[in-house]
Amino acid sequence: MTDLLTMTAVEARAALDDKSISAVELTEAYLGAAQATEALNAYTEITHDKARDMAKASDARLAKGEGGALEGLPIGVKDLFCTEGVETTACSNILNGYKPVYESTVTQNLWTDGAVMLGKLNCDEFAMGSANETSARGKVSSPWTVDGDGQDYAPGGSSGGSAASVAARSSLMATGTDTGGSIRQPAAFCGVVGIKPTYGRCSRRGIVAFASSLDQAGPIARTVEDSALMLQSMVSHDLGDSTSVAEPMPDLMGQINDGIKGLKVGIPSEYTMDGMADEITAQWQEGRKWLEDAGATCVEVSLPHTKYALPTYYIVAPAEASSNLARYDGVRYGARVEGGSLDEMYANTRAAGFGEEVTRRILIGTYVLSAGYYDAYYIKAQKTRRLIQNDFIEVFKEVDLLLTPATPSAAFPLGQKDVDPVTMYLNDVFTVPASLAGVPAMSVPSGLASNGLPLGLQLIAPSFREDTLVKAGRVVEKAAGFAAIASRAAGV
Amino acid sequence: MVSRVARLARIHIDEERLEPMAQELSAILSWIEQLNEVNTDAVEPLASVTGHALPLRDDVVTDGNTPEAVVHNAPETTSGFFVVPKVVE
Amino acid sequence: MTDNSNLVEGRSGLWEVVIGLEVHAQVTSQSKLFSGSSASFGAGPNEHVSLVDAAMPGMLPVINKYCVEQAVKTGLGLNARVNLFSVFDRKNYFYADLPQGYQISQFKQPIIGEGEITIDLKDGTSRQIGIERLHLEQDAGKSLHDQHPSKSYIDLNRSGVALMEIVSRPDMRSAEEAAAYVTKLRSILRFLGTCDGNMEEGSMRADVNVSVRRPGEELGTRTETKNLNSIRFIGQAINAEVARQIEIIEDGGAIDQETRLFDTSTGQTRSMRSKEDAHDYRYFPDPDLLPLQFEQSWVDEIKANLPELPDALKARLMEQYGLTSYDATVIAEDLETAAFYEKVADGRDAKLASNWMTVELFGALNKMGKTLAESPVTPEKLGALVGLIGDGTISGRIAKDVFAEMIETGGDPDAIIEEKGLKQVSDTGAIEAMIDEVIAANMDKVEEYRGGKDKLFGFFVGQVMKASKGQANPGMVNQMLKAKLDG
Ligand SMILES: [Mg+2]
Ligand SMILES: [Zn+2]
Repeated sequence: MTDLLTMTAVEARAALDDKSISAVELTEAYLGAAQATEALNAYTEITHDKARDMAKASDARLAKGEGGALEGLPIGVKDLFCTEGVETTACSNILNGYKPVYESTVTQNLWTDGAVMLGKLNCDEFAMGSANETSARGKVSSPWTVDGDGQDYAPGGSSGGSAASVAARSSLMATGTDTGGSIRQPAAFCGVVGIKPTYGRCSRRGIVAFASSLDQAGPIARTVEDSALMLQSMVSHDLGDSTSVAEPMPDLMGQINDGIKGLKVGIPSEYTMDGMADEITAQWQEGRKWLEDAGATCVEVSLPHTKYALPTYYIVAPAEASSNLARYDGVRYGARVEGGSLDEMYANTRAAGFGEEVTRRILIGTYVLSAGYYDAYYIKAQKTRRLIQNDFIEVFKEVDLLLTPATPSAAFPLGQKDVDPVTMYLNDVFTVPASLAGVPAMSVPSGLASNGLPLGLQLIAPSFREDTLVKAGRVVEKAAGFAAIASRAAGV
Repeated sequence: MVSRVARLARIHIDEERLEPMAQELSAILSWIEQLNEVNTDAVEPLASVTGHALPLRDDVVTDGNTPEAVVHNAPETTSGFFVVPKVVE
Repeated sequence: MTDNSNLVEGRSGLWEVVIGLEVHAQVTSQSKLFSGSSASFGAGPNEHVSLVDAAMPGMLPVINKYCVEQAVKTGLGLNARVNLFSVFDRKNYFYADLPQGYQISQFKQPIIGEGEITIDLKDGTSRQIGIERLHLEQDAGKSLHDQHPSKSYIDLNRSGVALMEIVSRPDMRSAEEAAAYVTKLRSILRFLGTCDGNMEEGSMRADVNVSVRRPGEELGTRTETKNLNSIRFIGQAINAEVARQIEIIEDGGAIDQETRLFDTSTGQTRSMRSKEDAHDYRYFPDPDLLPLQFEQSWVDEIKANLPELPDALKARLMEQYGLTSYDATVIAEDLETAAFYEKVADGRDAKLASNWMTVELFGALNKMGKTLAESPVTPEKLGALVGLIGDGTISGRIAKDVFAEMIETGGDPDAIIEEKGLKQVSDTGAIEAMIDEVIAANMDKVEEYRGGKDKLFGFFVGQVMKASKGQANPGMVNQMLKAKLDG
C-alpha cells in the first residue's frame, strides 16, 4: 500500500497502463490514506462510493486500452468547485447543504480524462484567507511539524486542504484555485508544487467565484511533471466562460525535460520585505545559481510597482467579492434565517452564513464601490493595476522568466490570536503581483527552513508560457532534490 | 460607516461588533491608502487583463426547461415558485 | 421655448413641465441576453430559466450576438452614435427577483450614444427629441405579491431577458409630446423589428421623469414614475404628477426626488416604499465580461440593410401620394397600415384613398373593436371601391352604402353595386330627361332663378338627384342643369 502512495502521478499512470496496479487498488489506497489522515481535516467529504465507481470504470477503460491522460488517478477537489450531486459549500455555512445539479468545467475535464474523484477538500471560506483558518469546516493542519514543539502549523490558504492532502498523500493530486496566491502559497507551505496558469486558461464556469478578474484554477501535485500532466487536462477554451481564452495550450509533457539553456531569467529586486528571514533570501540566491548552472542567464530586473500590488489587490478583490457574494441571499439555495421582512431575512441569513473574514471583505468591497469612494479607491486601484501589469509587460521584453521567493516566511503555527488582518494579508505579498497581471506562476519546493518546514521558490512567466514555467520548474526541482516527507503523511 | 455599509451589503452586525469592526476596517483602509503615493494621472483604469474582445454567442435556445433543477436547492418553494417574506412595493 | 401653448396654469401663474423618458424595450430574441434559455413570454414558473439566470454559484454570463446586433440596428434607427467599444457594468442592489444581487447593465460606456428622433404632433407640426443613450441590460424576474398574505412568490422566467434601455433628453413639455415620443419610438422599433412594442405583455415599458419650473428658470426636482405599460397611462401619470407637484410647490412645499408608482385604479402616483432608501448602486465593470468591441464594417453592413423607417416612409407618402403631414403620420405609424394604404392607393386617387382608409375604415374598425389585421375589408376591395368612386361609377354617397355592406359581409364592391343596381347614371339622355321633368314641374322656381335668385340652383340639383335615386353623376347633373337653366 505504501508503494501505491509513494508513486507520482506519472509513475502511477504508467503502472496502470502496464497493469502492474489497478485503478481500484490505487483508489482504495488513497481512500485509506484519507481516512488515516482524518485528523488533519483536509477533506470536508470523502466520496467513497463515487471514487470506487469511477475507479472501476477506469479499470474497464484501461482494459480496453481506452485510458485517458489521467485514467485511474485519484484526485481531491477543492470545495470551491461545483461537483454534481456532491455538497459544495465553498466551506461557508451560507451554502450548507448545497448540492449543485451541474459539474464545473475544470472537474468535468478531469473526469473526462479518466481521473477518479476522492472527495472535497477544505479551504478558506470562499477562498478568502491565507491559512485555511477561515473555513466553516474547521482549520486544516499541515502534515508538516516542527520537531518537539507540539504545535499544529498552517497549511497555507486558501487551497489549504488541497496542499495538505497532496503533502499528506491522502490525494495523489488536487485542484486548487488561486486569486492572490491561494495555490502557490499553500503549495510552498506544504512542500508541494502548485501552478496558477495564465488568467483565462482554466474555465471559471462552475467554480464558486471570489474575485472574477483574478480567480484561476490550477493543479497542486507532488512533482512538476505531475502538475504539468494535470494542468494539461484542466485547461480548455470554454464557451461558458466569456473570459476563457482560445489560445492553444503547448504540449507541456512533451518538452518538460528540455532544459533552459539560453533562457534569460529576471531577479526582481523589489521581491523582499522588512523582516524577511535570511533563509528565504538564501534560498532565492540558491535558486538563481541552480538556473545558471542549467545554462540560464540571470539578471537583476525591476518591477517598480510591486509594493502597491497588495493594497491594490485588497481593493479589487473585495470589491468584486462584495458583488459576487450578493447572490447568497437565502432565496434560491443555502441556509436561510427568517426575518420579519425580506431585508431582515437577507441581513439575518448573511450574518449567520458568512464568517468574520468574509464579512470584513464584503464590507471593504462595498465601501470602496460606494458613492463618493469609488474613484478614490476602486478606480485608483484599477489604474495601479494597469501599472503593475505594465511592469510585467516591460520586464518580459527583456527576460523569459522571473524567479522570486514564493512566500516571505515558512508556515506559521495555527491559531495565532494576535495576528491582525493586514499582517495576515502580507503572506501573499510575493504571489499577488502575478495574479493582478494575469501571468502564469508556479511554486516549487526548494528546501527546508531551519525548523524543518518547507520553503518554495516562485517562477513567473509571460502570459501563455506555461511551457517555460514547467521547464524551469523541472530544473529547480531536480537541483533542489527536495525529498523530505511530511511527518504526518499517510504511511510514514 | 460600518452600519451604513453593512446595510448596503445586507449583513446584520451585532451592536457590540460595530466598533471593533470599524477599527479593523479603518486599519485596512489606511494601509490601502498608500496607493495615494502612486502617480496615476495619465493611466487608464484596467478594463480586463486579457485585452480580448467579448466573445459573442448565437441566439439559440439551448438551456432552461428544467424548473425542478432551478428550485431544487431552495429553502422554500411552492408550485414551482421561490417563496420569500412578503415584499411591499 | 417661446411657445406658451404647453404651459400649465397654476394658482400662482404659469408652469413649464419638463419630461424625460426611459423606455425599456425587450429585444425580439429567441434566447436571453446572457444565457441560452428561452426569452419567450408565457411559460410555467421557472421554466424559461437557466442556471445562469438563477445565479447558481459559478454560473457565468455569455452574451447573445443577435441582441448586440439589434441594439446597433436600433441605434442606427435613432440616428445615434454607435460605440465600437462599450462596457457592461454591474448595478448592485438586493431584491427578491434579482437573483445575482446585481443587474448587468451598461453605465459609463453604453453601446449607443447620442441620437434624436422626430415626433409628430396632432396639429401637424414636428419636434426633435434628443436621445441621450441606449444601453443593453438584463430584465429582472417577477414577484407575485397577491398570492399569499405574508409571502411573495418569485418566478425567474424574465430574469436575464434582453432589454434596450432608451433614455431621452428632458426635451418633452407635455403629456401629448411624451405620448407622441413613445408612439414614434415604438414605430421605429417595430419597423426595425428589434422590439415588438407590445406594451400589454411588458415588452415595452416606460419610466417617466417629471419636473415643473417657472418658464425659463432652473430645472426643478424631478420624480421618476416607474414601469408604465401603456401610452394612455404615461399621459395620465404625467398629468397627475404635474398637478401634484404644482400643488405642493404652490403650497410652499418642496418636491422629493423619489421613485413613484402609478396606480391605474386611482389615476394617481404614489411613493414607492421599497425604494425609499437612498440608492447606492455601486456600479463597476462586470469582471465576468470583457469589453464589447466590434468593427465599423459590421455597423456599416447593418446600416446598409436597414429597412425604410417611419420618417422616410412619411416623407415618401407625402411626396408620392401628396398626403398631408397629418395623414402621412397616421399612415406611417406602422408598417401594416402603410402597406395596406399603398395597396388601396395603387393607381388611384391617393387623397381619396387616405380619406377612405383613415376616416371610414378606421372609424368602422374602431366601432367594432377590431385591428387592421382583422379588417373584413381587404385592401384590394377598399382599393376597388376607391377606384369606382374615382372613375365615376358610383358617387361618394352611394359608396358609403356600398362600404357599409362590405364591412358587414366582406363582399366585393362591384358585386354589391351590380346586385343592388347602384351604378351611377352617366347617360346624358337619361339625365337630360330627368332635368326636363324637374324644370317642367317647377316653372315658377325657374322664373325666380332666372330673375336672380341663384341660391335655387341647389334646389334643382337636389330634385334631379332625388329623381335618379341618387345614382345620377353629380358632376354631369351640375353641368347640364346649369346649361339648361342659364340657356
Ligand atoms: Mg429608470
Ligand atoms: Zn434599466
